[in-house]
Amino acid sequence: MFSYAIRRFLGAIPTLFIIITLGFFMMRIAPGGPFDSNRRLPPEIEHNIKAAYDLDKPVYQQYFIYLGKLSHLDFGPSFKNKDFTVSQLIADGLPVSAELGLSAIALALLLGLTLGTIAALNQNRITDHSVMTVAMFGITIPNFVTAPILTLIFGVYGVSLFGLDLSLPVGGWNNGAVRNMILPVIVLALPQIAVVSRLIRGSMVEVLRSNYVRTARAKGLPNRLVVFRHALRAAVLPLVSYLGPAIAAILTGSLVVETIFGIPGIGRYFTNGALNRDYTLVLGVVIYYAAFIIVLNLLADLLYAVLDPRVRYDQ
Amino acid sequence: MIATGASIQNAEVMMRAQVVQGRSLWVDARNRLLRNRAAVASMVLLGIIALMALFVPLFWPYAYNAVDYDHISCAPDWWPEESVMCRAGGLHIFGTDDLGRDLFVRILYGARISLAVGLAATLVSLFIGVTYGAISGYIGGRLDEFMMRFVDILYSLPFIFFVIILMVVFQQNFFLLFVAIGAVEWLTMARIVRGQTLSLKQKEFIEAARAAGVGTFGIIRKHIVPNVVGPVIVYVTLTIPTVILSESFLSFLGLGIREPLTSWGVLIKDGADQMESASWTLVFPAAIMAITLFCFNFIGDGLRDALDPKDR
Repeated sequence: MFSYAIRRFLGAIPTLFIIITLGFFMMRIAPGGPFDSNRRLPPEIEHNIKAAYDLDKPVYQQYFIYLGKLSHLDFGPSFKNKDFTVSQLIADGLPVSAELGLSAIALALLLGLTLGTIAALNQNRITDHSVMTVAMFGITIPNFVTAPILTLIFGVYGVSLFGLDLSLPVGGWNNGAVRNMILPVIVLALPQIAVVSRLIRGSMVEVLRSNYVRTARAKGLPNRLVVFRHALRAAVLPLVSYLGPAIAAILTGSLVVETIFGIPGIGRYFTNGALNRDYTLVLGVVIYYAAFIIVLNLLADLLYAVLDPRVRYDQ
Repeated sequence: MIATGASIQNAEVMMRAQVVQGRSLWVDARNRLLRNRAAVASMVLLGIIALMALFVPLFWPYAYNAVDYDHISCAPDWWPEESVMCRAGGLHIFGTDDLGRDLFVRILYGARISLAVGLAATLVSLFIGVTYGAISGYIGGRLDEFMMRFVDILYSLPFIFFVIILMVVFQQNFFLLFVAIGAVEWLTMARIVRGQTLSLKQKEFIEAARAAGVGTFGIIRKHIVPNVVGPVIVYVTLTIPTVILSESFLSFLGLGIREPLTSWGVLIKDGADQMESASWTLVFPAAIMAITLFCFNFIGDGLRDALDPKDR
């Protein structure tokens, strides 16, 4: 187990390295530099600016300088937000994005597990079909459609139920007020709720047919215990390996959600950076996200090994 | 690709030949598919959308980039909201956008681009994925291990970010959009094809071909690839909506298709920007796109059930 963990960890390093290299050189072959503008700068000034950002050196030297800085988590200065370094911008946005993403994951797991289990227990009955139809909606309709439509319903039209005003703020962060978080978290979580409930239903249906569940029932255990203690534990296993992709999907989704709802997280910096061609910022965020996803994938794999005694990793 | 097309034809020829004696697997599959009402309805609906996208702009009275200064952000005549600024009238059945362009014909143009990107990028991923998977699976051994390890590494990359970098670097090159998205989507295809190939290469007919002196690539091309068509078709129908989504996602962020051309992502983005005053500019593109994605998913599910009945 321990050696497996070490091997997986060592395997993750080249992956990260490939990402950094790919990203760096893709940025450098871009036509047009970040300081090209219609107004021509005097040559000395242009030279000084380029020297300040190490852009006057050959590309391979720039690459090693960048790697060297990265090794102590310095992503360099942002090319467009002149007074900030990329690390500052990321540190700025991180708490916001993390709060948003974690809430969405939590909601997705909670609702997905519940709905999936309910659907599996009522397999091929009307409850099952309706849950799965709703899940189909969640999977097919992209978040950049659900976000504006929910905004339209809860923000523009304003819904009231039994005289209760259900309208919600549709933009801004307001220091993480719960009312401001409801819509973004729901939009972010919806597709994941759908995927998780489908996943759980599938594995649950299979587990409920297995021999040990039949044995548990034959022993006369109440249904509640059979489902929660015996079946659910085995049924959540596929979910563990889905966690990595889920996090990746939530990160990608947060690009859209943060842009639409005007939330000052990393995703919005990234989108703006991409539109403004702020290379260092885009590259920094990509590397950051990639590292995050790789680490989470690693953790998910290890967790899987811990949870499932049938998996043997020693060779 | 040509091999795949030919093999479908072969399968059809076989189908016809065997109808007399008994039902072949393909006939069975087709019957199962045709009995799936959701899948059939989806195919019809999708066909209608595609045909309309192809032919309606040819004779529609408004061009996709023609500006009508008298009807800026006008609701269609039948729009239920009372408080709209103006009514477009005429054949503006979906109203007009903020530049006075006919929304209906723009949605159809968006459909052309979205569907074209979907198909082209899927073909790219199909080509790479099938070639890669078949070679890896058939040759096996060290090479297989190396090639699949490579896929594993790529799997763990947040690839949409790389597409974004590509689009940033190359300034939204239209052609590159196909290739970039296609190059992202081939991984699962490669895994599926490899898995199928591994079991296929144990079969007698492959051994017979080898004994008859057919070369490695001959076997892959003539015997392996035609036999993985089933699962591949299923996955293709599920890849197309994913690709359409990716393209719209990029366009929504302003990194995909550029004006005056349009795609569903661009239209939804424009609609979202002005939904407070002109909600129809959001509702129609979003609805059409959602319907299309649904259709593809239902067809994919239907095909899977039809081709792989044990899974039901």
